[in-house]
Amino acid sequence: MRVSFRVNGDPVAVDVEPRLHLADCLRDMLSLTGTHLGCEHGACGACTVIVDGAAVRACLMLTVQTEGASVVTVEGLSSDKALSPLQTAFRKHHALQCGFCTPGMLTTAHALLTEEPDADADRIRSALSGNLCRCTGYIPIVEAVLEARAAYRKANRP
Amino acid sequence: MIGTNRYIGSPIERIEDLRFLRGRGQFVGDLKRESMLHAAILRSPVAHGLVAAVDASAALAIAGVRAVITAKDIGAVPRIPLRLLPLPGTERFLQPVIAAERVRYVGEPVAVVLGDSPALAEDGVGAIALDIEELPPIADRQASGRREILLFEEAGTNAAMVFTGVKGDADAAFRDADYVRRDQFVVQRYTALPMEPRGILAEWDAAQGRMTVLGAAKVPFFNRDTLAAMLGLSPAQVDLIENDVGGGFGARGEFYPEDFLIPFAARHVGRPVRWLEDRREHLTAMNHARQADCEVEIACRSDGTILGLRGEVFVDLGAYVRTNGLIAPRTLAQCFTGPYRVPNVRMTSTALLTNKTPSGTYRAPGRYEGSFFCERLIELAARDLGIDSAEMRRRNLIGAGEMPYRLPRLEPGGPAVDTECDSGDYCETLDRCLVEFGWEEKRALQGREIGGRYHGVAVACFIEGGGAGPKETARLDLEADGTVSVYVGSTAVGQGLETVMAQIAADTLGMPLGQVRVLHGSTPFLDEGYGAFASRSTVLGGSAVFEAANALLAKIRTAAGARLGCPAEQVELADGCARALDGPSLAFAELAADGLRVTTAFGNDNRLTYTYGSAAAHVAVDPGTGDVELLDCLVVEDVGRIVNPLTLHGQAIGGMVQGLGGAFLEHLVYDASGQLLAGNLADYLIPTMTDFPCLRAIALENHRSPSNPLGVKGAGEGAIIPIGGLMANAVANALVSFGATPNQLPLSPARVWHMGSAKQSTRILE
Repeated sequence: MRVSFRVNGDPVAVDVEPRLHLADCLRDMLSLTGTHLGCEHGACGACTVIVDGAAVRACLMLTVQTEGASVVTVEGLSSDKALSPLQTAFRKHHALQCGFCTPGMLTTAHALLTEEPDADADRIRSALSGNLCRCTGYIPIVEAVLEARAAYRKANRP
Repeated sequence: MIGTNRYIGSPIERIEDLRFLRGRGQFVGDLKRESMLHAAILRSPVAHGLVAAVDASAALAIAGVRAVITAKDIGAVPRIPLRLLPLPGTERFLQPVIAAERVRYVGEPVAVVLGDSPALAEDGVGAIALDIEELPPIADRQASGRREILLFEEAGTNAAMVFTGVKGDADAAFRDADYVRRDQFVVQRYTALPMEPRGILAEWDAAQGRMTVLGAAKVPFFNRDTLAAMLGLSPAQVDLIENDVGGGFGARGEFYPEDFLIPFAARHVGRPVRWLEDRREHLTAMNHARQADCEVEIACRSDGTILGLRGEVFVDLGAYVRTNGLIAPRTLAQCFTGPYRVPNVRMTSTALLTNKTPSGTYRAPGRYEGSFFCERLIELAARDLGIDSAEMRRRNLIGAGEMPYRLPRLEPGGPAVDTECDSGDYCETLDRCLVEFGWEEKRALQGREIGGRYHGVAVACFIEGGGAGPKETARLDLEADGTVSVYVGSTAVGQGLETVMAQIAADTLGMPLGQVRVLHGSTPFLDEGYGAFASRSTVLGGSAVFEAANALLAKIRTAAGARLGCPAEQVELADGCARALDGPSLAFAELAADGLRVTTAFGNDNRLTYTYGSAAAHVAVDPGTGDVELLDCLVVEDVGRIVNPLTLHGQAIGGMVQGLGGAFLEHLVYDASGQLLAGNLADYLIPTMTDFPCLRAIALENHRSPSNPLGVKGAGEGAIIPIGGLMANAVANALVSFGATPNQLPLSPARVWHMGSAKQSTRILE
């Protein structure tokens, strides 16, 4: 089936089997391998991408469901030149070790802070509780997201 | 050392983060090859049985299914050797790389299907008609010990190994003791669960006779040699390439059946083959860990001085002895006593085979389980004797003046595997922990009910044996642009190896961090390497880099002296330049033409480093629901010397949360027929971001290790060790008025509720 949507701002069109989920499409057909697959049953959150502003499990969404949608992956969160404030905060707080869950953490946190730049620690923990990390123990991730809020508040200011 | 860098000891932001944060890591699943086929593996659906038939005709009829490989295609099926503790007798219980006649656990590989896509390969797996005549399974270690069923009839036993740790005369100590207590404790089966499942991409170059395997981790050099032998190749014909690795924790990177099957398949069909493990098969295929129980006794004087420990530990090893499967049983026999001065010990540890996924090492193998057993026993003794928990431990910690302190002798093994605590003041970390935690104030809450919840505090102490030998290799090349390439046999599993090695190299060379490039793990870089296990990378790899850097500086001085016409000792090195006294200078880049390169192996005579520490916790338990809230948890450890406080702190907090997963959540439940009931991440619960928000870790560097030039100690596995015992004791202390004895992990809500509602000691639940 032919599907057209946008990825990180660019229009794409792919011919896919109906059973191909979005994560496999991004990784295998569009070479966007930053979206990782940790379980393929929606439990780990590593494959989280942003579809029309909402954090979505790319392993639970079929590619054909993205017709006309705008998809943002980890590759779309920053430019070649500089890390985003969220990424910078992750690095500063050592909020990643092996880096495998990190793209899903970043996309989920980005979607959260875009909507709720004042999210408190409890809200952040709740919003990210569907993203599993085995390395960090999560505490530095919460610290990083808290620190990144300032940049989102600034961006939201009219 | 030259220059004035202070990278070592500074919270240097990690080099590797720049690619991970942008989604530019290169994990094995991100790699493709032209004409690559995809593998999927048919695994045994039953725990024990005889393979009657494997009919692949329907699979091969699917368009896009290219091949099905079974034991028949392989011929003489290789068995996977032990990497550690290859003791006589163990050869009887090694795992074949594929089941030929018999399957012994759910998940054992039976056939490999190659297809044009992963989905087609999986379709092929589903189409194979597998006929297995079921045999009665051994579902637990008790049945294993009864020997009514034997997993290997010719062996005549299901006991793969019996270790004994001995010190002094335990029986005499028990005869003379004021106080003796005996108890039983149980730790459940669980697993490391790295977030990236395993993966392998194998390429066979028939023209060159070369096998290249991507996706290697942990111990690529050992695995290269093993694979080469199995394929009938020389090690020089096989390259193992380490890519980014999504977590290891001891489980990833050992030689598994797939590490043979996928390269074999690539050679068999003459095309690159990639296999990516899915999460369900990961839970049955990757090493399990931890499952052990014990019946142990403690003997004390009435003042709490421990005189002896003795007893028996039983490890449910699963169906085969895998590469490092004997490490946990060994450690339970030898290191049961942890950081405590116990003059008389006799501890046996029996590794028993069952029809479950084989076990291997998982972060602090044997130490986590042993700490739970030992800390529970000491807590019970302290309560019986009316001694404060912290004071009981202080009286029995190994003293600074007793270093080095010899741990029990292990048999089999003997003097070759003797080990001793190397340095430190164990009471110092205990006292610091108690102060930071606020022990004096918080212990007033012990057992108190506040708003329907019961509060409990506990303290525990631990040692972490790290820096296992024998050695590690580093090679430093001065490049044409004046930078230095650092090759090290250590491997990265997410712990920040690139950054830590770059810090050590840059400090030693007196160069900016950006002038040093670290390359690690892959076999083409070095003639030999050892890898990442037993918290050894910074200790051995770091020391090898340190020594190689010093040797490279000496070479640079010599080469510069020759060019500048002065003795080497008069050459000053600074800012990437070699300068004669009051004379001309040469940039390092100009010296690169001399081919300056150094390879150094650093060995430690197998002397382990011992990081040590203390931990304290405060819990509130709701007896009506079995919920345990962790209000505060602190680990204080002394690691000798800190290279990077950021990455070290990450190891501590991350380890604590893994320990909490084991204490409260994680459990690979099997039913009586040997079926795994926790086959996905909805059933197998690891901690999430909302579970344990109140954790603290403090690292000290008061007592360096004498075993290496950096003075560092292995420090990736310390903070996890005390967590099981700490949580059980905190819950026991909270529910003291209920007479709760949480002697079995995990402390699931059901178990805690049972303890809080029954108003009596809980029996060990079956």
